[in-house]
Amino acid sequence: MSAAVHGALGALLSPVIEPGFFAAEDVRVAIAVGAVVAIVSGTVGVFTVLRGQSFAGEALGDLNTTGGSAAYLVGVGPLWGFVAAGVVAAAAMELIGVQRPRGRDLATGIVLGTGLGLAALLLYLVTTLRNITGATVTILFGSVFAVPSSTIPLVVLLGLAVLAIVATLYRPLLLSSVSAEMAAARGVPVRLIGAAYLLALALAVALASLTIGTILSTALLVGPAATALRLSRRPGVAVALAAAIGIAAMWLGELFAYDSFYWPPAGTGWPVSFFVVTMIFLAYLLSGLPALLRRRAGIA
Amino acid sequence: MTDGGGHGAVADGGARGAGDLTEAILSVEGVSVRLSGREILHDVSFAVAPGEFTGLIGSNGAGKTTLLRVILGLQSANVGRVLLDGRPRSHRNPLIGYVPQKFQLDPDMPLRARDLVGLGIDAHRLGIPLPSRARRARVEEMLRAVDAERFADERVGLLSGGEQQRVLIAHALIARPKLLLLDEPLANLDLRAGQEVVALLARIAAEQRIAVLISAHEMNALLPAMNRIVYIAGGRAASGTTAEVVRADVLSELYGSHVDVLNVHGRVLVVAGAGDDSDRSQIGRHGHDVMVPGTEIVS
Repeated sequence: MSAAVHGALGALLSPVIEPGFFAAEDVRVAIAVGAVVAIVSGTVGVFTVLRGQSFAGEALGDLNTTGGSAAYLVGVGPLWGFVAAGVVAAAAMELIGVQRPRGRDLATGIVLGTGLGLAALLLYLVTTLRNITGATVTILFGSVFAVPSSTIPLVVLLGLAVLAIVATLYRPLLLSSVSAEMAAARGVPVRLIGAAYLLALALAVALASLTIGTILSTALLVGPAATALRLSRRPGVAVALAAAIGIAAMWLGELFAYDSFYWPPAGTGWPVSFFVVTMIFLAYLLSGLPALLRRRAGIA
Repeated sequence: MTDGGGHGAVADGGARGAGDLTEAILSVEGVSVRLSGREILHDVSFAVAPGEFTGLIGSNGAGKTTLLRVILGLQSANVGRVLLDGRPRSHRNPLIGYVPQKFQLDPDMPLRARDLVGLGIDAHRLGIPLPSRARRARVEEMLRAVDAERFADERVGLLSGGEQQRVLIAHALIARPKLLLLDEPLANLDLRAGQEVVALLARIAAEQRIAVLISAHEMNALLPAMNRIVYIAGGRAASGTTAEVVRADVLSELYGSHVDVLNVHGRVLVVAGAGDDSDRSQIGRHGHDVMVPGTEIVS
């Protein structure tokens, strides 16, 4: 980039970018982790929305609270707890019958209730036994700036695993999302494909939980995907778009959060997850504009 | 059901001789299916030859969908067997193309008509399809064959019922099956769209020597195209040409009560006939079933 452009960009962004944004290590980690997680969430999210399994995604996120608090209690990184809880919860949902159209919400709800009850106990134990008071907020609402750089290899590995699963399943997954009956008639093992997809979903949600918290993980999963589905007519394009929107929301959120260290009231910085989720929401609102304008133009 | 064998005779001995049966692409032989204690199909037999257009006619709940599921291998028969091209059907059978009954696609689904057709080529395979000129050409050719080029780039969920049927037919045909099964494809179409779909299927059957088996609760829309009819009532079936099957005696035997077959301005009506009182009570119970297969109730 030429110096002139660089200067212009700097002048434009100087009110929002604090000098030294890219110098801090936790920022660099947050940028890397945020990008990986956004790509994975966007990709899986498109299929989650297509399959109408947003509630399962939400439940897996909530249940990560149980795994995350258990990890704090044992003293390992929360990501391990998220992954373990997600895989166990996904298996339980699968066994109870998440694949049956009517059993879907029921199975999810039952697993969710049980798991969250356990989370209540574990969070109580974490705060009393281990005396970690901030744990609850960190688990529930996350902080991508708190991710240690040592976690990056695991994040990348899990991310690649999820992308590999989705790429492998792509065709049969797409067809069984269109019509399970048509897929079955073609000899697609619909149930097996659904189970493998659920595993990918559990891993993707664990990654999202690490960055923006267990409660908010759905926002990253479903938000960019729903936005992309509004804007695209092709599945591949929707996936790419969802990933791009996720990355943009993540990076902008991190930028604002970094800046907010100097904002009132406390001068400690606002929660980064708030900014990320706000960006996702704004993108969703904006994506509705073209249709709205077209309708207006049609009326006029 | 003492005369199940008799129906077998009607079915097998009907229009075609043994010569046709040996070259049949589909043979259903004495298939009976019980689901949770209820007999859904009883000793159903018929055969379909390449290039034949067959209507599977019966009222709702007569067993049409179950029979199609048995042919597809999604439902196993308690008795009897299904042969495809002379061999027992295998699990993954590329010989059959299938268009399901209820197809409700979210308008938000990011899937163009051409994407859904392309999925028909190899959706059972793992991995992401690599775009290629041959692939594009094959999809394009298929879209042309079903006259769907006009809306090829529209989202499938936004298409009309008739347009969706065309796309689904293209999706099913692109894998080059020898048998095309369609479950009630005319159910949600208006008269004109229905006629167009039937004409399209008849053309495909004749030109590409593909056997078409199409289920419907109303036979009149299919009459111009049908080479063979499989009439199903109460889980039992009679097959042959329409002249052989759509007769008062054959259908009365099938229903187990007297029915009349009327020709009104070129349309066939199957109506509950005036029998004795016991027949009447039988028909009273199944009255709607008896009225519907022929056509809509005339008042």
